[in-house]
Amino acid sequence: MSAGATRRLYGLLRKESLQIWRDPSALAIAFVLPAVLLMIFGYGVTLDARNVPIALVVQQPSAIAASFTSRFAHSPFFRPVRFLTIQDAERAMAARDVQGIVWLPGDFARRAESGGNAPIGVIVNGVDANDARIIEGYVQQAWATWLAARAAATGGDAAMALSVQPQVRFNPAVDSRDYLVPGLIAVIMTLTGALLTALVIAREWERGTMEALMVTRVTIHEILLAKLIPYFVLGMGGMAGSVAIAVFLFGVPLQGSVWVLTATSALFMLAALGMGLLISGFARNQFVAGQVAIITTFLPAFILSGFVFDINSMPQAVQTITHIVAARYFVAILQSVFLAGNVWSVILPNAVALAVMAAIFLALARATARKRLD
Amino acid sequence: MIHQVLALIVKELLAVLRDAKSRMVLIGPPLIQLLVFGYAATFDLNHVPVAIYDQDRSVASRDLVARFLGATTFQLVAMLHDPRRIDELIDSRRAQLVLVIDRRFARDLLSGRPAPVQAIVDGRNSNTALLIEGYANTILTDFLLKWAADHGRQAPPAVLDLRARFNPALSSRWFIVPGIVALLTQVVTLLVVGLSVARERETGTFDQLLVTPLRPIDILLGKGLPGLLIGLFEASVIIAAAVFWFNVPLRGGLAPLYLGLVLFVVAVTGVGLAISSLAATQQQALLGAFLFMVPSIILSGFATPIANMPPWVQDLTLLNPMRYFLVIVRGVFLEGAGLRALAPQYWPMAAIGLVSLAAAGWLFRRRVT
Repeated sequence: MSAGATRRLYGLLRKESLQIWRDPSALAIAFVLPAVLLMIFGYGVTLDARNVPIALVVQQPSAIAASFTSRFAHSPFFRPVRFLTIQDAERAMAARDVQGIVWLPGDFARRAESGGNAPIGVIVNGVDANDARIIEGYVQQAWATWLAARAAATGGDAAMALSVQPQVRFNPAVDSRDYLVPGLIAVIMTLTGALLTALVIAREWERGTMEALMVTRVTIHEILLAKLIPYFVLGMGGMAGSVAIAVFLFGVPLQGSVWVLTATSALFMLAALGMGLLISGFARNQFVAGQVAIITTFLPAFILSGFVFDINSMPQAVQTITHIVAARYFVAILQSVFLAGNVWSVILPNAVALAVMAAIFLALARATARKRLD
Repeated sequence: MIHQVLALIVKELLAVLRDAKSRMVLIGPPLIQLLVFGYAATFDLNHVPVAIYDQDRSVASRDLVARFLGATTFQLVAMLHDPRRIDELIDSRRAQLVLVIDRRFARDLLSGRPAPVQAIVDGRNSNTALLIEGYANTILTDFLLKWAADHGRQAPPAVLDLRARFNPALSSRWFIVPGIVALLTQVVTLLVVGLSVARERETGTFDQLLVTPLRPIDILLGKGLPGLLIGLFEASVIIAAAVFWFNVPLRGGLAPLYLGLVLFVVAVTGVGLAISSLAATQQQALLGAFLFMVPSIILSGFATPIANMPPWVQDLTLLNPMRYFLVIVRGVFLEGAGLRALAPQYWPMAAIGLVSLAAAGWLFRRRVT
């Protein structure tokens, strides 16, 4: 690079940095937006059901019924509410006062003590299917531990008391915040990375300053680099802030190394910025650039990255689409680096994918930018 | 006066619909989102990669393995003969579940002791981990009940009879797709209304509007009704798609649904107009709309239940119109809820609508000085 080119690039960088510094909205998008979103999401988004209000209907009190229902009273998962008839419980469920019903019919004790297989009615409100499944799982666990305790006490057949002994790796408490927060970082950084660059260049077009830049001796290369570098620094700053919030405020463990996190974040940031540059090359006004950035980056990162919804469970066609979503690779890396550690078999392939995507987006942005200038 | 308001409405509709790019933003993305959300946003597990380490290899353990592989929930990636590969499979995410059947499995079953079956689950996605555990437990329980009956063993004192009201197959699509009606209606209405005042302010035509004989209430009507009409239209299209394309049952009547829809769109219109009157430029309006939209979606119960949020966040959601409409749309679709049952959801939206519209009307005048 010649001395002139270095000076020109330095001048452009200075201009961009001053613009960022003087317009608080860019700083807001880079730092305030991630922090606010992370706080709202971190506190607001949890899939863990605790203290689920559940109706207990015991039509005829008995010792065996009491031994079963006491399992619910001492569970952190349930907040039992007693009803005398199933009709009352059904009404409470219709009014959303309880989310499920556990019903021991009148002949429960007699059947349990003679032939066995006494049915315990478990009725859940299936409107929220995910919540319903989790509640069913909790009831099953309560039932299995009850059977085990009963078999131990009466010396009966304990084989039926068998339930799988779960061993949950990396997140033994099965706390959904620990997995949602790292994923959120990917979603939020996608948004800030792409939105920032898309808006910035669209603004130059809208104001006509792009043409002004073109008549100077700076090359398109230099313009793009000058756009990329400050926003890369800003984005990495936002990233560091988000990680700090995750670790220090939400107490998410960071098992892997900070260096792996930094290196992969840099790759991801390049991909996101490249995407933003590409969008701004097509959309020359801020409104359209903003819209396109949200629709092509934020929503896919939210839905197709595996951050909330499991990719394996999606239809094959949709799974194929997820491969062109950069956030997908970053979410996989983040969840592993935070919760599992430096698992190279996850990090390397995903990092390579990120690098490839970054290269493609930057090259495309470069190509379209040149065409536009001619 | 009526004619002037009507003229304003027609002008607003034209402003949005005449431009090809705006039309695209209104029609294309919502439809794509409906399809993508409808198909991709599912909490139901399918094809969970599973590895099995059967140390017992008895008739009983093979029967249990067959039950796991017979379910579409699980997809076998490896039969292990060596415990050392377990860590590698889980770490690299090639298996989300490793089922380890102990050497004593059949023996313990026969002698009436709990036979150890271990499930090693990848907890990096804790929701999936919980669901996998639940599925595994169900399969094991079914196996045990059948086994006990076949071997003439004493039946357990009690068994669970699991039933789900309103959604017997517990399909999460039935939960998500009605939610999309609320989600997309809010996005579209907010986009149309949120930019309407800001656009005129930026071009300076809003001051001209203010010096006409139109009262603030007329301007409010003129600005708000187009958003209302477009929102209602968009919602109707999505409701039709939910019923006819995704086959979600619509068990309740259209009257409680549309009453909720109108109140919801009015509330969102009010919020949009208030944001729009606060903003000086379209850019600011867009940012404002976005800052309202994202938390309101996240804190609405659309994907994650409000009941699981901390109490202070739950209180915050009371200000969110989408929270109420989600209960209505899901209630009408799945539970067949009527006007009376949904009354507690209607009036908060009406109140939010009134307050935000009043605020917008007041801001019209205030911002000009």
